[in-house]
Amino acid sequence: MKRYTIFVITENFIGILNRITIIFTRRGINIDALTASESRVPGVHRITIEVTVNEETVIQLVNQIEKVIDVIKAFYHEDTGVVYQELALYKLPVSRLDGGLEKIIRDHHAKIIAAEPDFVVLELTGHKEKTRELLEILKGYGILEFARSGRVAVAKRMLTIDSFVN
Amino acid sequence: MDKNLRGADMVVRSLIAEQADLIFGYPGGAIMPVYDALYDYHDQIKHVLTRHEQGAIHAAQGYARVSGKVGVCLATSGPGATNLITGLADALIDSTPLVCITGQVAAHLLGSDAFQETDMVGISMPGTKWNIQVRRVEDIAPAIAKGFYIARSGRPGPVLIDITKNAQVDFGTFRYEPCLGFRSYKTHHPVDPISVHQAATLIDKAERPYLLFGQGVILGQAEAALKQFLDKSGIPAASTLLGSGALPQDHSNFVGKLGMHGNYAPNLLTNQCDVLIAVGMRFDDRVTGDLSRYAKQAKVIHLELDPSEINKNVKATVAIQGDCKESLTLLTEAISPKIHDTWMANFRSLEKQEKEAVVNLDLTPTKPGLTMGEVIHHINKYKADDAVLVTDVGQHQMIAWRYFNYKKPRTQITSGGLGTMGFALPAALGAQLHDYSRQVICVVGDGGIQMTIQELGTIKQTKAPVKIVLLNNNYLGMVRQWQQMFFDKRYSFTELDNPDFVKLSEAYGIKAQKVSERADLKEAIEDMLIYDGPFFLEVVVEKEDNVFPMIATGSSVEEVRLR
Ligand SMILES: Cc1ncc(C[n+]2csc(CCOP(=O)(O)OP(=O)(O)O)c2C)c(N)n1
Ligand SMILES: [Mg+2]
Repeated sequence: MKRYTIFVITENFIGILNRITIIFTRRGINIDALTASESRVPGVHRITIEVTVNEETVIQLVNQIEKVIDVIKAFYHEDTGVVYQELALYKLPVSRLDGGLEKIIRDHHAKIIAAEPDFVVLELTGHKEKTRELLEILKGYGILEFARSGRVAVAKRMLTIDSFVN
Repeated sequence: MDKNLRGADMVVRSLIAEQADLIFGYPGGAIMPVYDALYDYHDQIKHVLTRHEQGAIHAAQGYARVSGKVGVCLATSGPGATNLITGLADALIDSTPLVCITGQVAAHLLGSDAFQETDMVGISMPGTKWNIQVRRVEDIAPAIAKGFYIARSGRPGPVLIDITKNAQVDFGTFRYEPCLGFRSYKTHHPVDPISVHQAATLIDKAERPYLLFGQGVILGQAEAALKQFLDKSGIPAASTLLGSGALPQDHSNFVGKLGMHGNYAPNLLTNQCDVLIAVGMRFDDRVTGDLSRYAKQAKVIHLELDPSEINKNVKATVAIQGDCKESLTLLTEAISPKIHDTWMANFRSLEKQEKEAVVNLDLTPTKPGLTMGEVIHHINKYKADDAVLVTDVGQHQMIAWRYFNYKKPRTQITSGGLGTMGFALPAALGAQLHDYSRQVICVVGDGGIQMTIQELGTIKQTKAPVKIVLLNNNYLGMVRQWQQMFFDKRYSFTELDNPDFVKLSEAYGIKAQKVSERADLKEAIEDMLIYDGPFFLEVVVEKEDNVFPMIATGSSVEEVRLR
């Protein structure tokens, strides 16, 4: 099993996300993360799905996704074929802060994006391993909440969306 | 262009524009405006009121399968719509083009658990090729146009269009523009000449090539192309359940039928061929048996329209994606003419074994009880060449398919992929209504007929001259066979205490007869087939007969059993 990123380019059609996710549900496959957003072409959406399966399965998944009528194109890449980023937010109680936090922030290139009387929120962008490492450290500070985004990714292959849309 | 047309009228006018001259349905609150509109257009579009929405959709499937046109059915919201689900799933897995229109509560009530509100788009999503909810009158015509296009193009399938009541009663401008395609959906894939060349090389070098054909040949109207390929290549060919009829059975290359209850040679020799050519078929598990022991020795050439079917179950050495009429034609040009006499003789000798061990006992039995096989044997003698056989699901389905003499395409209508009991009676009705003059023979079991028996009412009302042949073994026979073979004869809930079917049919005003003796069978079938009108023939058959040959679940094709 390997981690794959599936890219799906779709029309902006109500229910399209549902049609895509039931392809995974039906086969008992868990989606590790999913993000959806409008692409740079108006009316065209891109969905990025992260999944851990074997290559045979990811091929089947992509074939089934492509079969969905309002899907313009679907393809997959291994981690080495994509440039990707994830964003994590950490909410910490002010009561537990000490002088050590500054070093942690500096070492990890995190930043404080909100400071309230009771809590502060740190932000870190990076791959899962990196955001998880910071999470482990911040557990010592009585972390209140942790949220991580799905993968935002672009393929290394030099293909542009226009080649599918036109 | 019509200014100020009511949404409901737009629905009907759109159907007429798509040449839907016969539709099936059942009314109710949320679809009433459309029914009101139908009243005005009855000279241009005929509607058949079934007795259940499941009946309506199976009838639409029967109509579509026999005609190649898109079947249409209508239902109201909530329970009316949910009653379509089995038919949608059936049509999806068997690639049957359908457009189903369901009424929905008014848009402002959506999500409020209003009376008869069901999330039909949500529920039907996995069972449709495409579906859409229409909430505004101006979206009606484009949705129907797109729906018909999607249903009939590419690999056909069912479409559901859910129309809220406000859209049906609102007024707007109507102009019907047929859909001719859109960017996210490509229906034509040009055949790659390189793969055709590679396939031809494999075929020319092959010593024991073998061809399997499925419904794709019929859907792609590639029957003549298949015949030409076989004539030139000399390759033995076998059909899947739904492929039956694509090649006349008396064609010299035809060697029989594939699958769990198919013929002996075609299954067994799958594991002896050196090149396996699959045309418009999807290697269903009922055809392949244990995949890990399926045709491992062979190079596989797969001609298939749907890219998701390629390499899904069986890895192709050469895949030719595209319309099989096109690819078969190109392949025929590319190969050298050949004969395969010795290889063909293998099929014929195993066929002889099957004949002695199974077929003769089924068709010309000497034991007292009637067999299902002899009923079909007599039907073959008197049926028209283009007679349509519609079957339900169970032992009778397998026997009827095994022995029916298919001569023409689109004469085989059965629920293949889903195996839906209750399919046959309404599907036969739909097939018959497409053409009153066609011989439509519905072979059904005592279990399955009771799942949709209410459609006798529709047959009465439409006077559809369907010939219903009930093969009554007083059992859920196929399940009983498995209980006998794999569950120590523990007949758990498979015996039926049945009604008097003759009286029941007569109560519906349908002429009926019951046969229990061999001496009466031949004449009864003859009488039925010449009778001008619907006819119900009950044949009491041996209670505990089994269908053979058989490939047990989990077995390999080479382990096909004769008894
Ligand atoms: C709707 C549905 N329910 C259950 C089954 C499982 N099943 C397959 S064959 C069969 C028995 C059919 O009995 P009958 O209609 O009498 O036909 P026979 O096998 O006796 O010819 C059953 C219950 C099914 N295929 N479809
Ligand atoms: Mg029975």
